[in-house]
Amino acid sequence: MQLQEQPTQQADAIDLMVNMGPQHPSTHGVFRLVIWVDGEKIVRSEPHIGYLHRGSEKLCEGEQYSQIITLFDRLDYVGNLNCELAICMATEKLMGIEVPERAEYIRVILCELNRIASHMLFYGVYGLDAGAMTPILYGFRERERVQALFEAVTGARMMHNYIRIGGVNEDLPDDFQPRMDTLLDQLERGIEECDDLLSQNEMFLARTKGIGAISAEEAIDLGVTGPALRACGVPEDVRISEPYSIYDRFDFGIPVGTYGDCWDRYYVRVEEMRQSLSIVRQAMKQLPEGEIAANVRRIARPPKGEVYLRTESPRGDFGVFLVSDGSDMPYRVKVRAPSFCNLQALQAMLRDAYIADAVIVLGSIDIILGEVDR
Amino acid sequence: MTLLQVVYYTLGAAALFGFLSLVVLVLTWAERKALARIQMRMGPMRVGLHGTLQPIADGIKLFTKEDILPSWADRRVYWLAPVAVFVPALLLWVTLPMARDLVLRNLELGLFYITAISVLSVMGLVMAGWGSANKYAMIGGLRAAGQLVSYEIPFIMAIVAVAMLAQSLDITKVVDAQANFGYALIQPVGLFLFLTAGLAELGRTPFDIHHAESEVVGGPFVEYSGAHWAAFFLAEYLNTFTVAALTVLLFLGGWRWPAMPFDGLAHSTLSLAWFLVKTALVIWLIFWIRGTFPRLRIDQLMSFGWKLLVPLSFLNIIATAVVLFYGWPLWGLTIISLLLLGGTVYVIFKNPGTDMRRETVSVISARDLRRNPTVDAADA
Repeated sequence: MQLQEQPTQQADAIDLMVNMGPQHPSTHGVFRLVIWVDGEKIVRSEPHIGYLHRGSEKLCEGEQYSQIITLFDRLDYVGNLNCELAICMATEKLMGIEVPERAEYIRVILCELNRIASHMLFYGVYGLDAGAMTPILYGFRERERVQALFEAVTGARMMHNYIRIGGVNEDLPDDFQPRMDTLLDQLERGIEECDDLLSQNEMFLARTKGIGAISAEEAIDLGVTGPALRACGVPEDVRISEPYSIYDRFDFGIPVGTYGDCWDRYYVRVEEMRQSLSIVRQAMKQLPEGEIAANVRRIARPPKGEVYLRTESPRGDFGVFLVSDGSDMPYRVKVRAPSFCNLQALQAMLRDAYIADAVIVLGSIDIILGEVDR
Repeated sequence: MTLLQVVYYTLGAAALFGFLSLVVLVLTWAERKALARIQMRMGPMRVGLHGTLQPIADGIKLFTKEDILPSWADRRVYWLAPVAVFVPALLLWVTLPMARDLVLRNLELGLFYITAISVLSVMGLVMAGWGSANKYAMIGGLRAAGQLVSYEIPFIMAIVAVAMLAQSLDITKVVDAQANFGYALIQPVGLFLFLTAGLAELGRTPFDIHHAESEVVGGPFVEYSGAHWAAFFLAEYLNTFTVAALTVLLFLGGWRWPAMPFDGLAHSTLSLAWFLVKTALVIWLIFWIRGTFPRLRIDQLMSFGWKLLVPLSFLNIIATAVVLFYGWPLWGLTIISLLLLGGTVYVIFKNPGTDMRRETVSVISARDLRRNPTVDAADA
């Protein structure tokens, strides 16, 4: 869709052009936002992307299916398990593989923990964007706890390469249950602590309430998904509307905002952490014994065909389009990256904004440049 | 001026400069430790015991770094700016007493001198913004100009109200007038005005708008490095100490209140220590605010200053004048002041006209959503 030119978005010759990025502390990576300012007001904005383009989609065409997983780890490098899950499920769907129960549960538990870790990172960085120094350290403390558990399970803090076609790489460690119990209690306390620290702060509300608001219709037109769309009041979540894996077995809430402003986008994520925690608790109760991987050939050769699969990553609707020509390497892989699509809404959100709002609005979309540029 | 006087003032100025440098070094360390405490960190730990030598290591690093001059910079303005910020910060201390007679030169118009000199540092920031030939620096410099000039008014008006109470502009006399009770008890609203406007003058959180790292990347200081950046840095900490010291002198009774026992040398030493302890407490409050608050936006800062602090400062003066003119007891002023302060707090935190409920988002249960996909937030 062609982005509609806003009436206010006409820059005069006297307006000052300011480059925010690619080297700017709060563009969350190598992202360049060119703004034209009249005093402190932004009259026009223009996002430039592509500084982190690594050709991931093209690289996938030269790798075997099991090797692609590492490339997907590096797309959304904050929510990597969710990316691994998407490519593995797409391949499984193409090959018609039935994944064992235990593997499904392990995947869901880890993906939801990953969502909490990702939102915790968002929480901390958003505080920093708003000028508060302290939240980032509290957010990182919680994220680090999740990261430590990931290291125990997968062997790596970030680039896990753990979810495999047909299941997962290896079974959970012996002390998983006690570790998980303490982790869940810590996270529950940690989320409340983080919420208390920033959410209702008078100045934080002044900075985020009513800033960067877009309507639900506009958000849908621009292809916004995930927390950013739910903040506009649309209860759209792939885990519900098109349930994948075993998400239809859990009872959880979908946080939905009212105004679609920055504060709603922020708080939807805080609330989502609580809901993810509840999913993890339910999954831990139901976790069955058994196989952790289906019997799949080491070199997967899906039959000729194509498949499109949607998952709900921490940033929104993460879609994978996979075309197989019957060989051990995909013919084409296309990723629908939620960060990229949500970024489309940036110009609309920056209407009548101040320079300081640009940072707040960009932070509230929570982009990961690895996913935007691929 | 006799030769003796010249020697006296030279030595005194050197001693003062040494003392202030020491204070700045301690403050940089203390701020990092205080913030670390708030943020569950250790802060500097490597250089010296608990990082006590860290400021010296930082100093060596900063003074041996290359001084970079951007090729488009306005050379003279660019090099002069740090001096224009640092010198006024130092000049203020000519007349700030730390204990009786422990002052380089007590001026009869001391408070007037302080208000006059403290405005000068704005010019340095604007010069830095212009001279750097950098857009972030320019925006930061203009922000600094707007912010500091607007907050100068409540800052000065709070000082004027104190001068009215003490019937003098001489700081020593202001402190002497507080021998029985600090002016914080008589003018709580004056203390609030002075500290808030002081924070804005310092450009510290929540008013650190002109050098906001996440927006203008350090503002006027973005192009500076090495010793010239260190000069800005020193001035900032020196000003923090100055504002804290002024708060103690004008509102918390300086070295007089509560009275110290003993007399002679013991008394002087004790009162100096007392003054420094009170100043340290005010500085800790400033650090604490930095660790807990986000930053305001420039228009919110301006409306806070012009719509709230400026009228409040004038009301404060009027109330003081009325009480003094009719000779009412001073506790009457305390009551008026507390009422004003209560009204201010109400306006800030309750924002009359908006509902007072806790902000939240609604949560739709997955079960409802599976049964009826068209359910929306209103039904939840």
